[in-house]
Amino acid sequence: MSNKRSTFLLSALVFGFAFLYVPILLVIIYSFNEGKLVTVWAGFSTKWYVSLFSNDGMIDAAWNSLRIGVMSATLALALGTPAGLVMSRFGRFKGRTLFSGMIAAPLVMPEVITGLSLLLLFVTLEQMIGWPAGRGLSTITIAHTTFCAAYVAVVVQSRLSGMDISVEEAAMDLGAKPAKIFFVITLPMILPALVAGWLLSFTLSLDDLVIASFVAGPGSTTLPMKVFSSVRLGVSPEINALATLIILAVSVMIVIASAMILRSERMRSRASAGADA
Amino acid sequence: MSSEKPTLKQRFDRWMIKHGRVLVIGIPYLWLFLFFLVPFLIVLKISFSMAEYAQPPYTSLFSWIEEGVTITLNFGNYLFLLSDSLYATAYLNSIRIAAISTVITLLIGYPMAYGIARAQGSMRSVLLMLVILPFWTSFLIRVYAWIGILDREGLINAFLLWTGIISEPLIMRQTEFAVYVGIVYTYLPFMILPLYSTLEKMDISLVEAALDLGCKPWQAFAKVTLPLSMPGILAGSLLVFIPAVGEFVIPELLGGPNTLMIGRTLWNEFFANRDWPIASAVAIAMLIFLVVPIMWFQHIQTKQEEGQQ
Repeated sequence: MSNKRSTFLLSALVFGFAFLYVPILLVIIYSFNEGKLVTVWAGFSTKWYVSLFSNDGMIDAAWNSLRIGVMSATLALALGTPAGLVMSRFGRFKGRTLFSGMIAAPLVMPEVITGLSLLLLFVTLEQMIGWPAGRGLSTITIAHTTFCAAYVAVVVQSRLSGMDISVEEAAMDLGAKPAKIFFVITLPMILPALVAGWLLSFTLSLDDLVIASFVAGPGSTTLPMKVFSSVRLGVSPEINALATLIILAVSVMIVIASAMILRSERMRSRASAGADA
Repeated sequence: MSSEKPTLKQRFDRWMIKHGRVLVIGIPYLWLFLFFLVPFLIVLKISFSMAEYAQPPYTSLFSWIEEGVTITLNFGNYLFLLSDSLYATAYLNSIRIAAISTVITLLIGYPMAYGIARAQGSMRSVLLMLVILPFWTSFLIRVYAWIGILDREGLINAFLLWTGIISEPLIMRQTEFAVYVGIVYTYLPFMILPLYSTLEKMDISLVEAALDLGCKPWQAFAKVTLPLSMPGILAGSLLVFIPAVGEFVIPELLGGPNTLMIGRTLWNEFFANRDWPIASAVAIAMLIFLVVPIMWFQHIQTKQEEGQQ
């Protein structure tokens, strides 16, 4: 009986992972296809990579996206970390329900609504106080910071909830001030969550099409906007090449980050095992 | 111990502690308030104005006349949404497509999450990593990958024609079927992760006890595992359902011209027709429907944290 169950689970896993990975693998394989057609393999070639790198519009858009990504991930970390700290360590305060609502809602809010509402805010602000003058990279950055901060807050919060509060309490009993406790004790302990939060924000920002399309101005085309307009017309080998590069970059980033997190985790558990002994 | 009068420095520190607390709460609060909450009020306001050929393209609600301010509310946009069956169709379609996709995602995701939760130590982290990895790779590219697979000249058709199973290419892209595939594919990790975290925490001895007491495996599953994993099922389903209702990219790239979904309607009202007030009314109508599931989601999130602490 148990054998039957494990066969079922195993086939569910195999089928599920095949479903997740086969489409990605096909994109990678066909990025090296000589021919323009997706279904016909015409031999190995790297010419689509060459043509990708000589596409100035694409390079400009990628540059815009990278700048927005770094800016909004950093800002989101600065806003989301205190937000996560507040949610897990500050107990009850006036307006806590609204605060937790404003952190949970951006995670599920349909992007068309977020995009439209932020655009209308920017337009209204411009009419009232003259800022932001026009739309472009800065408005996209503000928009991305807002929803990324919610993600950072959730990551930091769940890390803090799983963490032993007694170290912080011990420091408090010994008379350390809250700011010192945060920077000397809490911050190093939640460092993996901060790395994960920053990377998550960066990739979310790099990936966003809908919100950026609403709040972008003329001349601030991002990479997803560029990709979307060419993908609408169908499959293009150049996009396959771009996709392969993105997948490669993300995989390398994830492997490095998780190796780092795993190592710090091991060191921590070793340290706490030593303390227990 | 006798209490002493606090020195000036102690007073300052205490004030700083109080002040610092307000600052730490206040900065993210203010940002989210200004850039997440206030925008909805503006959408609400503009949904009551009229479209106009101007910059920005809508009329002002407030007008200054001698006695003071008058507010002209125009319900025309909402009446228009009710009168044109296109909008009702788009709403119902979105809800139906999102609901069906959520069920399919749950049916595929549950056994996967269960399998991962029951896997051995290091294998488990590898499998978990494999679930998370696609979530980090570009959403747009994952949708795009299916164009090449489902297209008329795509890989599935090429394969089936080559094997001789079919003689005419199947129409798969630009159908509702393709939209289901796209949603299930891109949202699957969102379903698996919350399911995994509840299943992993579950005490396996409870299932063993049920089996020892004579439950059949499916009975043990239905009476023990399923009820205990309910928080994960709800969180995962809401994480898929709510964004899927307003999905734009998937129906646009994989669906046909007849696959009406509300996110796509909003996009077209805004970008193609440049009718901002109607687009705002569409957004508000979508929000009214989504408020309950969103609050439910927040409730589950809060309950889970409290359980953790």
